[in-house]
Amino acid sequence: MSCELAKAVLHGYLDNELDAARALEFERHMEGCRECAGALGASEALRASLQGSGLYERATPLLRDRVRAGLRTATKKEAAKQAAQPAWHWWAVAASILIVGTMFWFSLPSMVKPTPTTNLTAVEMINAHVRSLQAGHLTDVTSSDQHTVKPWFDGKLDFIPPVKDYSEEGYTLIGGRLDALTGRSVAALVYTRRKHYVNVFVWPTQDADTPIHPPSSRQGFNWVHWRHKGMEFCAVSDTSTAELHELAQLINQ
Amino acid sequence: MLDPQDRMRFEQVVLPHLDAAFNLSRWLLRSRADAEDVAQEALLRAYRFFRGFHGGDARAWLLQIVRNTCYTWLEKNRPVELMTEFDEELHPQPAHNPESLAIAGDDRERLGRALETLPPRFREVLVLRELEGCSYKEISAITSIPMGTVMSALARARQRLQRALTSPASQEAPSEL
Repeated sequence: MSCELAKAVLHGYLDNELDAARALEFERHMEGCRECAGALGASEALRASLQGSGLYERATPLLRDRVRAGLRTATKKEAAKQAAQPAWHWWAVAASILIVGTMFWFSLPSMVKPTPTTNLTAVEMINAHVRSLQAGHLTDVTSSDQHTVKPWFDGKLDFIPPVKDYSEEGYTLIGGRLDALTGRSVAALVYTRRKHYVNVFVWPTQDADTPIHPPSSRQGFNWVHWRHKGMEFCAVSDTSTAELHELAQLINQ
Repeated sequence: MLDPQDRMRFEQVVLPHLDAAFNLSRWLLRSRADAEDVAQEALLRAYRFFRGFHGGDARAWLLQIVRNTCYTWLEKNRPVELMTEFDEELHPQPAHNPESLAIAGDDRERLGRALETLPPRFREVLVLRELEGCSYKEISAITSIPMGTVMSALARARQRLQRALTSPASQEAPSEL
């Protein structure tokens, strides 16, 4: 090893960062070169005095307490933010019940349609969809990762909704939230389809499977309804019913 | 986002490195009072980013945030310091034993002052290596200095420190710059 190279790797040797072969070469050079050995000695002395200097300064107990208090405050703020959301949901539940009740009352005389309850749900569902499009209401958990969205519902609902991303088929999962339909908590999964938002409401049912039906629309919104393997689904959007049908089929797969 | 469980985990995993955070801030800012404020700010910042920490070297992860917080603070409060080469030419040290580089243990103050005359980029590698005992890999992660350059950065920093410790009159020409 040349002096030039030895000087270049001296600090690596000092810091124990050379590989074994290089370190050995360096040591051999030190044996025969007083100048390099002197430089190493000086660096060793400097490092020894630095390490033995007591220059390391520790945090005071006061700082530790301040940081702990800061962490607690930061956690509380987050907790308060989360607590504020359920409050909104209660308001939504109350509003939904009121809307449904009113609709029901006024539609009583004309209850000659074959499936009045479904129609009521449709109104409510469209209301929920419209409400969700208002700023900040679309998702409680925002993620395109089904493994983030699905666990988010854990403990918030008494059932586990099926959550899957269908980006490859053109339906991108963007998140989920809790919502209320006919007075019960439901999971709302939010997808985008060419800049259109699709809300898929999911809740458990005891009823038998029903096909994806009926391609219906109201107030410019389309929706489909179906039951599959113990879950009841409603998908609503301003995108076409054909596309909603396609998404429904993907979910059933 | 952050719940009491996160806080508990943060206190177990990250908070034990508060000393390291304070020590680095103290030497980068050359002030205990400022270091306390900045270290606290950095810890709270780390807490906000904590969900993004997926295990591994918690000390290096925290020190990286501490370092960034320190530089942001310096840019805002002492921009001149980052621009000027803060060294012994501008801040001459009293002459002490020009012949000898061996420093007695009671020379803590003199060593500290010499360290403070170094530009922050040299100071931080010395603090991380000699006081904090970081490996080259950790230093590279914390300071974003490429792994292959850590050794030469340390070599230059040690040379600068040696020069700062000997009298300004006995200096060799500043050739390493």
